[in-house]
Amino acid sequence: MELQKFSYDNRMTRNFAIATIVWGVVGLLAGLLIALQIFIPAMNFGLEFTTFGRTRPVHTNAVIFAFVGNAIFTAVYYSLQRLLKTRMYSETLGKIHFWGWQAIIVAAAVTLLSGFTVGKEYAELEWPIDIAITLIWVVFGWNMFGTILQRRTSHIYVSIWFYIATWVTVAVLHIFNSLAVPVSFMKSYTLYAGVQDALVQWWYGHNAVAFFLTTPFLGMMYYFVPKISGRPVYSYKLSIVHFWSLIFLYIWAGPHHLLYSSLPDWLQALGTTFSVMLIAPSWGGMINGLLTLRGAWDKVRRDPILKMFVVGITAYGMATFEGPMLSFKTVNAISHFTDWTIGHVHIGALGWNGMLTFGMIYWLVPRLYNTKLYSVKLANIHFWLATLAIVFYAVPLYIGGITQALMWKQFTPDGFLKYPNFLETVTQLIPMYTIRAFGGALYVAGFLILVFNMVKTIQAGSFVAEEEAQAPALYSESEMKTQSETWHRFLERKPIRFLIFATIAILIGGIVEVIPTYLIKSNIPTITSVKPYTPLELQGRDIYVKEGCYNCHSQMVRPFRSETERYGEYSKAGESVYDHPFQFGSKRTGPDLAREGVKTGKLYKPNAWHYNHFIDPQKMNQASIMPKYPWLAKKEIDIQSTPAKIRTMKILGVPYPDNYEQQAIVDLKAQADSIAKDLGANGIQTDSNREIIALIAYIQRLGVDISNKPVKK
Amino acid sequence: MSVVFVLVFAAIIMAGAFLVAFIWSVKNGQYEDTYTPSVRMLFDDPPVKIAEGGEQRAEGETSKEDIASEERNPKHETRNS
Repeated sequence: MELQKFSYDNRMTRNFAIATIVWGVVGLLAGLLIALQIFIPAMNFGLEFTTFGRTRPVHTNAVIFAFVGNAIFTAVYYSLQRLLKTRMYSETLGKIHFWGWQAIIVAAAVTLLSGFTVGKEYAELEWPIDIAITLIWVVFGWNMFGTILQRRTSHIYVSIWFYIATWVTVAVLHIFNSLAVPVSFMKSYTLYAGVQDALVQWWYGHNAVAFFLTTPFLGMMYYFVPKISGRPVYSYKLSIVHFWSLIFLYIWAGPHHLLYSSLPDWLQALGTTFSVMLIAPSWGGMINGLLTLRGAWDKVRRDPILKMFVVGITAYGMATFEGPMLSFKTVNAISHFTDWTIGHVHIGALGWNGMLTFGMIYWLVPRLYNTKLYSVKLANIHFWLATLAIVFYAVPLYIGGITQALMWKQFTPDGFLKYPNFLETVTQLIPMYTIRAFGGALYVAGFLILVFNMVKTIQAGSFVAEEEAQAPALYSESEMKTQSETWHRFLERKPIRFLIFATIAILIGGIVEVIPTYLIKSNIPTITSVKPYTPLELQGRDIYVKEGCYNCHSQMVRPFRSETERYGEYSKAGESVYDHPFQFGSKRTGPDLAREGVKTGKLYKPNAWHYNHFIDPQKMNQASIMPKYPWLAKKEIDIQSTPAKIRTMKILGVPYPDNYEQQAIVDLKAQADSIAKDLGANGIQTDSNREIIALIAYIQRLGVDISNKPVKK
Repeated sequence: MSVVFVLVFAAIIMAGAFLVAFIWSVKNGQYEDTYTPSVRMLFDDPPVKIAEGGEQRAEGETSKEDIASEERNPKHETRNS
C-alpha cells in the first residue's frame, strides 16, 4: 500500500492548551473567592458584581466550560490526528472553533457578573450566548467528523468513540435544556415550568457531568495513559464494552437530583435505578485505566505525570461509587441540600478532571515545544499539593454536610426541633468552611506552580507547528487511481456528513415548532388556588433569579417531619406551574424559602424585616453569612419591561387575563405603593420604584397560594 | 409530566444514533480485532528519515527505535508485506 507523507497540525492543540492554563487560573481563583465568601460576608465587597450569587455561576462555568472545555479540545485536537493518522480536517474551522469558544467564555463571564442569567445551574447563560454555543459546537463537530472521515486507519480507537458520544449528547442536551422564549435581548423565560423544568434541567445537569466531565476524559485516559506509560490498555475489549454500556445507561440518571422533591415518585425511582446500574460501566473504566499500569508501577513511582493519572482515575472510581450511593433515597434524605454534594462533586472535579488535565499538560506541552519539562521536581510538588488539597477540600465538607443534615433532623424528646434556628446549623460549619478554603488555596497554589513550570518550558523550547508523519493510505492504490473513483469515494462520504447535519437541522426545527404548544397544555394548573404572579412579583422574581438567590436558598420543602416542622407544608408539583424557570435550588446554605410568605408560617417575617435584612443581614443576625444587598434599595425596577414580560408569560401559557399587558404597569405601581406605605409605617422611608420592593413582594408571595381556599365556581 | 415525552423523544434520538453507530461498528468489523488497536496506538509513525536520526527522538519513546531497527533489518521485512 502506498505510504503517504503528511504532517500533524499542532497549532490548535497549542492554543487550546494555553487557553486551558489561562482559564484554569481564572476558574480556580473564582472558586477560592467563593470558598471565602461563603463564611466571610465581607469578601463579597458589597458590590453586586462580586457577590456570591453571581460569582458562583462564574466559578462553575469557568471551570466546566472554560478550563475543562479547553482541556477536552486540547486532547481531541492532539489525539484525533495521531489516532487516525491524518491531519485535522480544516484549519479554518479549527480557528473558528478556538476563537469562538474563547469569545463565548468572555461573554459568559461578563454577562454572569452583570446579572444576566437564566437561573438554571450550569446552564445560566442567556439565549444569544446559547445560540453561539450551539454554532461553535457544530463547527467543532464538523471539524471532528471531517477528520474521522478522512482517516488513514480503518479502526476507530476507543478514545474517538468517547469524543463522538460527547459531541452528540452535549449537542442534544444543550438544545433541549436551553429552549426559552426571549423577552428581550439578554432576557428570556424557560420554555418549561416548575417541576417539568426541574426534570429537564437535571436531565441536562447530570448528563453534562456525564458527557462533558466524564466521557471526554475517559477518551483522554484511554489515549494518554497508554502513551505515557508505554503500555497498551489493560483490556481493549473491556473498553469497548464499558463505552457502549456507559452511554446507553447515563441518560436517565438525572432525576436522582430531585429525590423527595415534587417530581413524581416513579421518575425518582427511575433515576435511582439507572444511577445504581451506572456503577458497572463506570468502574469498568476505572479498573481498565488503573490496570493498564500493571507492571509499570516503578514508572508511576518516578513520574509525577503518571501519579497524577493514578490519583485522577482513583478519584473517578471513588466519585462513581459515591454517586450511586447518594442516589439511594435513604442516603439522599441526609445528603441532599448539604455540603456533602459539593464535596462529592469536587472529588470528581479536582481529582478526575483536574489531575488528568494537569497530567496531560505536563506531558503535552514539552512535546509541542520539542523540549523537556522545565522541572520534574516542581511537577512533583504540584502533584502532592493537589492531592493534599483534595483531602483538605473534601473531608471537611463530608463532615460538615452530615453534621448539618443531622442537626436539621434532630428532635428533642418532647418532639420539638432541637435546632429550630437555621443559623445555628450554619455557624457550626464555619470551621469546616475554613479548612475547605485552605484546601482550595493549596489547589490554586499547585496550579500556579504548573503555570510557572509551563512558562519556563515554553521559553526553553521552540514550537513545532507541523509535525511530520507518514502512514499508508486507507484505500488501496487501485481505488485511488482514477479520478472517477476518487470522486465516488467523496460521494460515499458525503451522505454521512449530510445526514448528520440534516438530522440536527430537523431536530431543531421540530423542537421549536412542536414543543411549546404541546407543553402549554400540560401546564394547566392542578391546584385551583395557585395563581400567576402579579407584575410586581414577577419583576421581583426576576431580581431573585438575577441575584442568584437559588445558589444558596432552596424552594422545595421535602415531605419529612423535620422539614414540615421547620418550614411548613411540603411542596406540591401544582404550586410551581407558573415558575419559568423553576427555582427549587440544590443547596441550603441559607434556609428554604418555599413557605417564606405564609403569614401563619414559622418563617414569616414582616416587610420591614426583609428590607433591613437585605440591606444588612448582619445587623439582623450577627452570625449570618448572607451578603449585603444595599444596591437593591437604590436601583429602580425596570417597569417598562413589564408588558413584554407578561406577554412572554402568556405565550408560555400562563393564564393572565386578555390584554393584561396594558393593565400590568398600573397594578405594579399600586402594589409597590402599598408595600412602600407599609414600610413607611414601620419607619422606613423608600421610593416605591426600587428593586427591593419588588423582591419583597415576591418573597411574601412564596408558598402562599396553597393555603388560600379555592374559589368555588 | 408530559415533558417526560419530550425527554424520551430526545433520549430515543440519541440512543438511536448510538445504536446505528454500534451496528455500523460491528458490521464494519471494528471489533473483530480487540487487541492490536491497543498496541498500534502506541506508535506514532514519524517519516523514516527522522527515525533514523536516533538522537532526535524524544525521551521514553523507545517504540520508535523498534520500528526503525525493524525497518533496517531485512529479517522482519515480511511484517510489512
